[in-house]
Amino acid sequence: MTTTYDPYAGSRETTEGRVYTVTGGDWDTALGADPHADERLVVNMGPQHPSTHGVLRLVLDLEGETVTKARVVIGYLHTGIEKNTEYRNWVQGTTFVTRMDYLAPLFNEAGYCMAVEKLLGIEVPQRAQTIRVLVMEINRIASHLVGLATGGMELGALTAMTNGFREREMCLDLLEEITGLRMNHAYIRPGGLAQDLPEGAVEHIREFLEVMPKRVADFHRLLTGQPIWQRRLKDVGYLDVTGCLALGVTGPILRSAGLPWDMRKVEPYLGYETYDFEVPTSDTCDAWGRYLVRMAEVNESLKLIAQALDRLEPGPVMVSDRKIAWPAQLSLGPDGMGNSAEHVAHIMGQSMEALIHHFKLVTEGFRVPAGQVYVPIESPRGELGYHVVSDGSTRPWRVHVRDPSFVNLQATAAMSEGSMLADVIAAIASIDPVMGGVDR
Amino acid sequence: MSNDGGSDVAPGREEAGYEDSTAPSGGFRKGSFGVSGSGDTSGFGGLVRVEPGGAVALHSTERPYGGWFDEVTDALIDAVGQAVYDDAVQRVLVDRGEITYFVGREHLLQLVQALRDDEALRFELCSSVSGVDYLDSGGPAVDPGRPRLHVVYHLTSMTYRRRIRLEVAVTAEDPHVPSVARIYPTADWHERETFDMFGIVFDGHPGLTRILMPDDWDGHPQRKDYPLGGIPVEYHDATIPPPDTRRAYR
Repeated sequence: MTTTYDPYAGSRETTEGRVYTVTGGDWDTALGADPHADERLVVNMGPQHPSTHGVLRLVLDLEGETVTKARVVIGYLHTGIEKNTEYRNWVQGTTFVTRMDYLAPLFNEAGYCMAVEKLLGIEVPQRAQTIRVLVMEINRIASHLVGLATGGMELGALTAMTNGFREREMCLDLLEEITGLRMNHAYIRPGGLAQDLPEGAVEHIREFLEVMPKRVADFHRLLTGQPIWQRRLKDVGYLDVTGCLALGVTGPILRSAGLPWDMRKVEPYLGYETYDFEVPTSDTCDAWGRYLVRMAEVNESLKLIAQALDRLEPGPVMVSDRKIAWPAQLSLGPDGMGNSAEHVAHIMGQSMEALIHHFKLVTEGFRVPAGQVYVPIESPRGELGYHVVSDGSTRPWRVHVRDPSFVNLQATAAMSEGSMLADVIAAIASIDPVMGGVDR
Repeated sequence: MSNDGGSDVAPGREEAGYEDSTAPSGGFRKGSFGVSGSGDTSGFGGLVRVEPGGAVALHSTERPYGGWFDEVTDALIDAVGQAVYDDAVQRVLVDRGEITYFVGREHLLQLVQALRDDEALRFELCSSVSGVDYLDSGGPAVDPGRPRLHVVYHLTSMTYRRRIRLEVAVTAEDPHVPSVARIYPTADWHERETFDMFGIVFDGHPGLTRILMPDDWDGHPQRKDYPLGGIPVEYHDATIPPPDTRRAYR
């Protein structure tokens, strides 16, 4: 065997045999013209990374610590929820959409149900509307607190994380008491609500309203005046109104750029026009402004909750149309939440017609007249739009969700190209995307 | 409201001997799990359903539309000219307080540009772009050349606080629509998702690749002829068969 000399693969003898060491060929000379060749680095961040706010993957071109290009790769949490809703009846759709933006489940439910109700041409009872506002605003506080908590954790402010999740737990306790579940409630249904507020809920919400403002003040004491927190957020993730509109960005990001665009004010629904609340804005266009806007929105939500409690009047929480309203009321039995015992006794023992009615409505569902609607509401992240198409049958023909996280995440490149690597994290945390909503 | 029939549907129905709009003479759609027989799991119009003839997409509204709909339409005609408007807008539907313009793809960009820039229109925000597959919704006998894929644009005017909807219909054989991403940069991801899910090709898009599904995925999952489930799941050294071939579902 003859051995030829290869300048790029030096060899040496070992006890295991001859070992070649292959080096970089002639690439050093080929790239010699670029003075930054040894500084350019392509970094893949995620999808399993504690600082990317979920299963988000970033491909970053770095020169030193400066990001020259930021590409966002999504789809790691795609579950085909929109497709699934086409194979389930209109009521079951609630249980799917609530799992999309899992930090704002009640907004998904409300948007979907309002779209179905618009297709049906029905109006839900006043009490149901008020309770919807009530639970959505509790949910908004919870969502903003998680945004703050995870954002703080990603920036190394772990106390923000522990405190944020602790305060959020108070919101989840309330929602659990009202709906039976901490998340993915399926509480808001086409035509109204799954059930009325339980006994004691109003008192507990009032206690929450006592405590929460102090906790918000604690956050301001902990973070707002803190120089590290300020310097991590100020002038980071800059995006002005022009950039927001071009990229379709809505919600706290748009309001941090100074445009008071809030669906609750500009296209009121569920009677939001009758509530007294402000739309907080900032003119800094950066992550700092978004932090302040979200904290101020928590206070506004507290005002809305107090007003909703004050205007709660006794009444039905579901439309009276028996062709739409779920035939049974839920109640708490010895083995957990289920159909009320009276209802089961009625359909099984007293009325065959009631049994047939129950069976038809539960298995087949109600029909929705053909047509299409687009219903936008203000979720904690911006405009959450439901485009729902019916062909007149018992199942949706198409449900498309304009999820604000999906749209807002497009702004990542605009916010972070040209900045330092560490600021990419702050910029994405200020977008506060929820990948369940982005990927659906 | 009048049913204008739609020249895209009627010939196909006649050729197939379609007579009575209520007769379920085929053209039905199967649900998940590749069921045979009626496949009806509920007993009441379940997974197999005959689509109502054109109930979703074939009506149109005559003027006046009412409210600000006429203002927007007049402003649009002023902006692009009556001839272009007549050529571009096939029909207009006002339903449930929302207005939909059905637009030919040849004039889409011109209309969208005018809608965004004209002083009296000012639709600054493109809220959403998505697709709807109207496979079989035109009646039992479906002409394969019928434009079943619809691209739906939701535009928002922040200045006037108005919302309109544009719809462009294309066939599955020629699914090309010009991209509005140059006019509304936000449409970038929306169009990628619509391409991913429906296979609609947006010409002129800066980088039309899959966004939610893996890059090497076959097919477009949100199309109506793409089943729910039925994808074999691969693990190391093992394959889980699709649901419809598992014994429990037979």
